[in-house]
Amino acid sequence: MLTEIIISGFGGQGALFAGKCLAYGAMMKDVEISWLPSYGPEMRGGTANCSVCLSDEPIGSPLVTEPDILIAMNDPSVEKFINSVKSGGKVFVDSSLASTEIARKDIEVYRLPASQLAEEKKLGGMGNIVLLGKVIRECGKMLFGIDGKTLLDAFAKIIPAKRAALIEKNVAALILGEKY
Amino acid sequence: MEKVLMKGNEALAEAAMRAGCKCFFGYPITPQTEISAYLAKNMAKRGGVFLQAESEVAAINMVLGAAAAGVRAMTSSSSPGISLKSEGVSYIAASDLPCVIVNVQRGGPGLGGIQPSQSDYFQATKALGHGDFQMIVYAPASVQETIDMTYLAFDMADKYRMPVMILSDGLLGQMMEPVVFPNVDVQIPDKPWACSGHQNKRPHNIINSLYLQPDVLERSVNERFERYELIKQSCTMAETDFCEDAEIVVAAFGASARVAKSAVNAVRAKGIKAGLFRPQTLFPFPVEQLNKACGKAKVVLSVEMNKGQMVEDLRLALNCRLPVEFFGRHGGIIPSVKEVLAQIEQIHERIE
Repeated sequence: MLTEIIISGFGGQGALFAGKCLAYGAMMKDVEISWLPSYGPEMRGGTANCSVCLSDEPIGSPLVTEPDILIAMNDPSVEKFINSVKSGGKVFVDSSLASTEIARKDIEVYRLPASQLAEEKKLGGMGNIVLLGKVIRECGKMLFGIDGKTLLDAFAKIIPAKRAALIEKNVAALILGEKY
Repeated sequence: MEKVLMKGNEALAEAAMRAGCKCFFGYPITPQTEISAYLAKNMAKRGGVFLQAESEVAAINMVLGAAAAGVRAMTSSSSPGISLKSEGVSYIAASDLPCVIVNVQRGGPGLGGIQPSQSDYFQATKALGHGDFQMIVYAPASVQETIDMTYLAFDMADKYRMPVMILSDGLLGQMMEPVVFPNVDVQIPDKPWACSGHQNKRPHNIINSLYLQPDVLERSVNERFERYELIKQSCTMAETDFCEDAEIVVAAFGASARVAKSAVNAVRAKGIKAGLFRPQTLFPFPVEQLNKACGKAKVVLSVEMNKGQMVEDLRLALNCRLPVEFFGRHGGIIPSVKEVLAQIEQIHERIE
C-alpha cells in the first residue's frame, strides 16, 4: 500500500513542518517514507508545499502528483491541487483561511477553522498541527497506524530540547484537531 | 544503529565528515546550500576546516591545495558553479590528486533554474575540464545511497588518486528519507606523495600538472589511462529490477530512476515485461551489467531529466545491437510516473 500526501499553504504556515511530523511519525512506525519540499522563490510569500509518501514497500518517485490526502491551508492551495486528488481521496481545508468552493463529489472534504481554533487557544500559528490532528483521526489505515501517540513522540524528536515549551503547544494543537 | 530522518544534502555532509573529510571549501548555490550550511555548523567542532571561499574557482583550488597536502577534501556546488570549477578539476586530475566533488544538479544551460535536473551527465562523464582525463562518477538514487556513496567516493579517490564526483540533483538533495549511518572504521591510506612537510628526512615532493616535454606528458596521460582501465574492470556498479525476462529495459540513473522504478512496477502489474536498469556508476559505465540485463530485451528506453545524454552511453555499451529510445523532461521538471508508464505501454504495443 502507498499513501501519497500533499500539504500546502503560504510560506510560514508550517506546511513543510507538518509534513516532517508525519514523516517522523511514519519512521517511528517503521513505515517507508519520503518527504520532498518545494523549494525556491515560491516558498517566500507564495505557496509552499511538500510531498509525503508512506508505503510498506520502498518508495519510487517521491514527487506526489495525485495525492490520496490533500491538506490545504489557503485558497491558492485548494485551487492548485484539488483537481489532482485521487477519486475517493480525502481533503482537509483550513476553512478560516480558505473558502474556495469545491465542486468535486468523488472526494471527502473536511473543513475546519484550524487557524482560528489555534488562535482561540493561544496557539497562534499552529493551524497546521490542528489540521494534522484531524487528519490522523480521519485517515486511520491510510496512515499505517500513525496516531496521536506516535506524533507526540515525533514532536519530541523534531523539536530541540531548548524549545521544549513548544512541544506542549504542539500537543495541545494536535488534540484540538483530533477532537474537532 | 539508529534511523534518522535527513535531507540528502545534510546526509551527504554528515557522511563526508564521518568518512574523514577534514577540509571543505565551497560557495553557496541553490539547491546545494544545505551541504555548506551543515558543514559550516559542524566541521570546526569535529576537527575540520570549513571555508566559504570568495568564488567557486577559489574553492576548487583550495581543494587542490588541501589534497596535495594529503588531506581528505571536498567541494560541492550546483551546475553553474561546477562549470566554474572545471579548470581546477582538470588541474587536480592532472596532478593525480584525490578529492570529492559534489554536483547537486539544477536545470541548465546558463544560470538555468534551481529545480532538479540531470543535464550535467555529459559534463560529469565526458569532460569536466580540458585535456584527457576522467573522474569516477557516482549517481545515488536515495538519501541512504548518497551516504554510502560518499564513503565510497573518498576511498576510491584515495585508492586511484583521482577526483571523484557524486552526481546528485535538487530532488535527492532536498528530499528527506530515513537513513542509517554505517558503522565503519575509516582507513585513510598513507600518502607518501603528499606535500605535508619533509622535515629534512626525505626528498621533497612535488605536485604538478605542467609537463613541457611532450613525451613526458604523453607518458603521464598513458599511465593515468591504465588506471582508468583498472577502474573500468573493477568499479562498475548497477542495480537491476525484473530484468531476467524483460522485453523492455528502462534505463535511468539518480532521481529519474525512482520515477522509472514506479513506472516499471506499475506496468509489471499489467503484465508487461519491463525491467529497470540503474547505473550507479556513470563513469565507469556498467557495460557488462547492461548487456546482461538486456539478455531478453527488444527495446531499451532511457529516462532522463535532460534532452538525452545517457542514451549515447547506452547505445555504445550495447554496440547498437538494440534500439535505444529516449524519454525525458528538463528545465527542472521531474517526469511523472504516468508519463513514463505511457511511454512503456506505447513501446509495448509496438513490439507485440
